[in-house]
Amino acid sequence: MSGILKIALKLLVNDKSKFIALLVGITFAVFLMIMMMSMFSGILARSSSSVYNVGAKIWVMDPAVNNATSSIPMPDYVLSTARSINGVKYAVPIYFGNALVKLKSGAYQAVSVVGLDDATLYGRPELTEGNIEDIYAENAFFVVKDAEFKKLESPTVGTEFEINDHRGLIVGVAKVASSGLFGIPTLYTTYNRAITYIPSMRFTTSYILIEPKHENDIPYIQQQVKKLGYQALTRDQFVQKISDFYTFQTGLGMNVLMMTAISFIVGLSISGQTFYTFILENLERFGALKAIGAKGHELISMILFQASFTAVLGYGLGVGLASGLIILARLRLPSYAAQVTYFNLTFAFVMVLIMAGVSSYIGVRKVLQIQPFDIFRG
Amino acid sequence: MMGNIAIKANALVKWFGEGETKTTAVKSASFEANFGELLYIVGPSGSGKTTLLSMISGILKPNEGNVLVDGKNIWEMKSDDIADLRLHKIGFVFQDYHLFPRLTTVENVAIPLILKKMDWNEALKVAMEYLEIVGLKDRAQLPPVKLSGGEQQRVAIARAIAGHPDILIFDEPTASLDGDTGRKIVEFVKTKILNAQRSVIIVTHDSRIYEYADSIMKMEDGKIIGFERNTVTTP
Repeated sequence: MSGILKIALKLLVNDKSKFIALLVGITFAVFLMIMMMSMFSGILARSSSSVYNVGAKIWVMDPAVNNATSSIPMPDYVLSTARSINGVKYAVPIYFGNALVKLKSGAYQAVSVVGLDDATLYGRPELTEGNIEDIYAENAFFVVKDAEFKKLESPTVGTEFEINDHRGLIVGVAKVASSGLFGIPTLYTTYNRAITYIPSMRFTTSYILIEPKHENDIPYIQQQVKKLGYQALTRDQFVQKISDFYTFQTGLGMNVLMMTAISFIVGLSISGQTFYTFILENLERFGALKAIGAKGHELISMILFQASFTAVLGYGLGVGLASGLIILARLRLPSYAAQVTYFNLTFAFVMVLIMAGVSSYIGVRKVLQIQPFDIFRG
Repeated sequence: MMGNIAIKANALVKWFGEGETKTTAVKSASFEANFGELLYIVGPSGSGKTTLLSMISGILKPNEGNVLVDGKNIWEMKSDDIADLRLHKIGFVFQDYHLFPRLTTVENVAIPLILKKMDWNEALKVAMEYLEIVGLKDRAQLPPVKLSGGEQQRVAIARAIAGHPDILIFDEPTASLDGDTGRKIVEFVKTKILNAQRSVIIVTHDSRIYEYADSIMKMEDGKIIGFERNTVTTP
């Protein structure tokens, strides 16, 4: 580190009260921004958990569907037509629904039920206990061992329960990539059992899952499905549609945006004000440095270094604090929906750089304006 | 070098403001400061002493006239070159010292050396030698706020001479000090700092220290009204 930057560092860190105030301001702002965006990212990821867990390349749905759990059942002819489209390797129905389970203890618990195509079991989860063919046994269900698993009183293979007055039997325990958003356990069974056990409307197919013969066939398949009055979306498109719904149609996105903006403004105000005071207090000394022979670019580098150092340190502390809190929350609440993403980290870093930039701009202006002659005049 | 002349000011004029608010602070001031000489610029407040000092030290550009240092007109130089000239040729001791309270005493003294790109540890080593000259080696690691006014003044002097300048400029060095300390400081400058290769210019209106001057230049209302060699024996 050059001598002039070392002086800048000492001037900054030896002014403990202001240095701490600067750090607290930036750390607090970063912490709030990361927390808000992480929670939002977590919610968005959870909202698309079914799409990720099933893993189909193309999802056919009613165009009015805006999230995976609120499907609009489609008539059977859509499935037949989908199967006849050129470029479709295979197409299967899948059922998504909710039911009430009566547990051994007599308590009721809402569950999410996924009905897999009887012939192919396409979209099945990975089993950790039990055999996949047992799903064809009478009243058979797989239970997903996720954060909500305990709400079903931690069932094992052989555990019985009641589902809509039907007997249910756990024949396997599965794991999935991501838990759902609404905090209810998930059961898998066959499509036909699902529509038998759970009261349904006239149509029962929630989605049609399509495997294209080739990636190039996807646009044509989408086009043909559209002619039927339905929509075929790739996995990424469906995830994006769900994200857009939560971001723009639920108020969630706006709330997060506002909180993030407020965090930024609070951080900017604290750091900007404190840094400005710091510069004002040292203004005459900067003038003295100028008189002694320091050049403008050297003074600018001192101020930029001070602002950047504080910003990077505050950013690190803020990220560490937010990550620590998320880890602690996960220990207590395994289903805590928050995830720190590279986008969140980059966004917060850019915001911190803007804070540092604005704060140092004010300082640089002040320092460049001060004339050594003012120092002589006192 | 221009023989024995450290600084030569030619017909310097400086005014502030325009139109009705125009005030002329220095009116056609010409003088020379020599090496080995302790020159006082004296006069009442508002007589233009500080403005003149600022123009000859490359801090304030005159409206008319020129200043020669090493035979070069400093006001024809680029601003970075003037900054370099100040760094290498001129040392300043400000009225309020302007020491950095968040740096130690020795770090304050090392500033001109650090600005000259000297290695940090080497600069501190050299600064310590200058602190020894001003008798404050034992206070090296203290912040300036822990020092008395006289000690802070000496630290400021150490900082000014650490860059090994040819010209030392003091602005009201005794203004914040009691009479005894003020006299000691100027006596110290005269006996320890001034030498044949250095010129010291002191702006003051403290008549208690006139006795130490080699030459006294009197100013009034922006004009140099007198220049005399001091005949009083220096104590």
